[in-house]
Amino acid sequence: MALITDVAFQKIMRKRKIRGYVFYGLCLTAVSIGLLMLAALLYNVLSEGLTRLSWGFISNFPSRFPERAGIHAALLGSIYVVSIAGVVAFTLGVGAAIYLEEYAKKGPFASFIQLNIANLAGVPSIVYGILGLEIFVRIMEMGKSVIAGGLTLALLVLPIVIIASSEAIRAVPSSLKEGGFALGATRWQVVRRLTLPYAFPGILTGAILAVSRAVGETAPLIVMGALTFVPFAPDGPLSRFTVLPIQIFNWTSRPQEGFHVNAAAGIIVLLVVLLTMNALAVFLRHKFQKGTRW
Amino acid sequence: MPWQCSCVINSRKVLDGDYMLTTDKDLIIEAKKVSVFYGNTPAVIDIDLAIKREKITALIGPSGCGKTTLLRSFNRMNDLIPIARTYGEILFEGQNIYAENIDPTEIRYRIGMVFQRPNPFPKSIYDNIAFGPRINGFRGDMDELVEKALIGAALWDEVKDRLRSSGLELSGGQQQRLCIARTLAVEPTVILMDEPCSALDPVATLAIEQLMRDLSKQYSIVIVTHNMQQAARVSDYTAFITADERRIGELVEYDDTRQIFTNPSDERTEAYITGRFG
Amino acid sequence: MCWAETVSLMGQDKQNLGLLQKTFGIRWKRNLLESAIKYVLYLCAILSIFTTAGIILVLLFEAIQFFQEVSIFEFLGSTKWTPLFASKHFGIWPLVTGTLLTSVGAMLVALPLGLLSAIYLAEYAPRRVRGTLKPILEVLAGIPTVVYGYFALLFVTPILRSISDEIMVFNGLSAALVMGIMILPMVSSLSEDAMQAVPISLREGAYALGATKLEVATKVVVPAAMSGIVAAFILSMSRAIGETMIVTIAAGQNPNFTFNPFVPIETMTAFIVQVSMGDAPTGTIEFKTIFTVGLSLFFMTLVMNLLSQYFVKRFREVYE
Repeated sequence: MALITDVAFQKIMRKRKIRGYVFYGLCLTAVSIGLLMLAALLYNVLSEGLTRLSWGFISNFPSRFPERAGIHAALLGSIYVVSIAGVVAFTLGVGAAIYLEEYAKKGPFASFIQLNIANLAGVPSIVYGILGLEIFVRIMEMGKSVIAGGLTLALLVLPIVIIASSEAIRAVPSSLKEGGFALGATRWQVVRRLTLPYAFPGILTGAILAVSRAVGETAPLIVMGALTFVPFAPDGPLSRFTVLPIQIFNWTSRPQEGFHVNAAAGIIVLLVVLLTMNALAVFLRHKFQKGTRW
Repeated sequence: MPWQCSCVINSRKVLDGDYMLTTDKDLIIEAKKVSVFYGNTPAVIDIDLAIKREKITALIGPSGCGKTTLLRSFNRMNDLIPIARTYGEILFEGQNIYAENIDPTEIRYRIGMVFQRPNPFPKSIYDNIAFGPRINGFRGDMDELVEKALIGAALWDEVKDRLRSSGLELSGGQQQRLCIARTLAVEPTVILMDEPCSALDPVATLAIEQLMRDLSKQYSIVIVTHNMQQAARVSDYTAFITADERRIGELVEYDDTRQIFTNPSDERTEAYITGRFG
Repeated sequence: MCWAETVSLMGQDKQNLGLLQKTFGIRWKRNLLESAIKYVLYLCAILSIFTTAGIILVLLFEAIQFFQEVSIFEFLGSTKWTPLFASKHFGIWPLVTGTLLTSVGAMLVALPLGLLSAIYLAEYAPRRVRGTLKPILEVLAGIPTVVYGYFALLFVTPILRSISDEIMVFNGLSAALVMGIMILPMVSSLSEDAMQAVPISLREGAYALGATKLEVATKVVVPAAMSGIVAAFILSMSRAIGETMIVTIAAGQNPNFTFNPFVPIETMTAFIVQVSMGDAPTGTIEFKTIFTVGLSLFFMTLVMNLLSQYFVKRFREVYE
């Protein structure tokens, strides 16, 4: 028994309700498809690659024989390149964020820089590879080296660090800063001793996001000259190198089934590394957030 | 019931002489022992209130005492808040709107609402008004219906040449009248108004008050206001709701407006009206 | 602020001798340090300008040299792209159609799924469900694209081929489907942000007129958030165009001028990878194609990013 007894109204009401249920079902289906694909991907990778995972896999170099191939060179390459990228992007990015939020006068120049950063965030990563190839490899003559790769990736993830750090610094309450100024502190002292510690969790999150992105990048490094078959460990900043995603790419592209298994195993390692980093980010953020509650 | 009964105040105030039994055709909405909780916090407890048909009833009282909560329970708008729970019965034309099988959507079609801040849709004036009828399957002459609604809201003359322009371009008072027109378009029986003039200037306020008096010839109106003069000017009946130290709203007194403002029975009502608190 | 004035006044008073001079000497050094720090930070900030300038200059410089050898009419007019063969043709269109085929295909997947997910998250999902779903979607977004490429070639393609014989090992369909899944979280998250920005008062107004949840979501919230949603779509499409590894691994390296999703094609990004991995010596015309194709790619994504920013501005103007 409904509130309104008009028959025509009730008929329409029923249609509307049915449409509502159908739509709700569609929405759930959409969400499920995404989740299903993720599950399928993880299942496929794990079922294929788990068998190949072993200590040997991590310590071996690539080889013509799938069973004997390992990710040692790629892993080391990734560690070196991403470390360089992380350190460079972090220092330059946080510096830029501090300048933009704390020092720059709000005007057309500052907006222009912000516009630039927003645009750089949307540039395809492969274009950074082209930039790195021309500037670092050729013009600055670093060669197709670890350091060139690190700097290329640093430019790539710089916008991420800047945007995340800017947001974190913006969130610092002005009452905190004004308290510092009122005590006679200089701008840098306020930044260093009050603003940055408060904004640290946000900045850290941005840094870890940037490093996560750098770990997974493939195209820019290929373009800039990373190798796809590296039977040696990188022995210095000027050494040639490869990284884990490129190794995975190389194995995936081979016709032999055995290499596909290797690729899956490599993917597991890569995902584990990324998962650890993200878990670290969440953990660190909680830890530091507890500490800065004034 | 989840709360201890010792703090419950039964406030069965009656209209002087006019109160009759539940099936009285004069009553359009009857609240019976209505209590609303947000999570575990009570907002109002045990309200008994009978709204008379085609009259203007005002709910007055200090801020934060549950007037809006009570008003929103009349058209089940509190259902939109996940932690809100409503107990008791609210009869609309004799039927309990909180019964199991009642769809809140139907109720809101019959009991309309105008909000504190005007909230026209970012669409044209025409589409704002046509929205309600369209979703309810209206097949007739929409132009005519829009015109009727705008005339009913005293807005037609001002906007008849720009029906396709955006509703957001109107002034505050015009936007509120647009929201009223939008409500009129679905031909409700009751119009609930939650402090409709608090965001408007005095001139616009007077226009809305005049409109209310005209509308009450056809519709039953319940208005929440913390402007006592407005309640005195506009309403036929007034209910005074206040909260004790525990911030739980209760109905203190409900009577003819003239009676409430000239000779209130409860000392709390008198204290509020004479400005001693609130 | 008066602090700065005080400092400069004190700087001027450096001339005073005696006890005062010692205090002012320290202040002066501190001033210098402050200026130095400010300058260093300034350099960090303008690095972004140099990066943009660098990209544009590098691409333009090499592209101009390219166009001294290859006519721009051939580049924009021909539908054959064979720079690595003996008989060279330099029509960009096969690469562009390859890119568009996979990107539009990806958007055909990501748009409806992403928008429906966004509506679900913004209007229907209870808080706890949102709390678990959103991180999962972010995981999807964070998976490196080479992993998606593996998935496309070694999981999706075999399944597609078992459905239809016509589908070849390298094909645009597989890449488009997987790319769609990859950008789904982006569409969903950006659209949801746009919808969350719509004020609750608008929703309440619609409910108060007797609207169902579906009607509120589709006839009030989505239209109100439309500029923001359009911005989300454009940005996601830009991302799809710039995507490299999925198409390189799964779509093939045949610059075919075709709209057939079952055959191998080559996208602009995949071509750049192909040349980089090959042995085209520096300075040759083959090598220069990297920059020309790169410039075209950069130009396409730049236009889309600017367009999307325009829509975001329009959206913000209504609600702020």
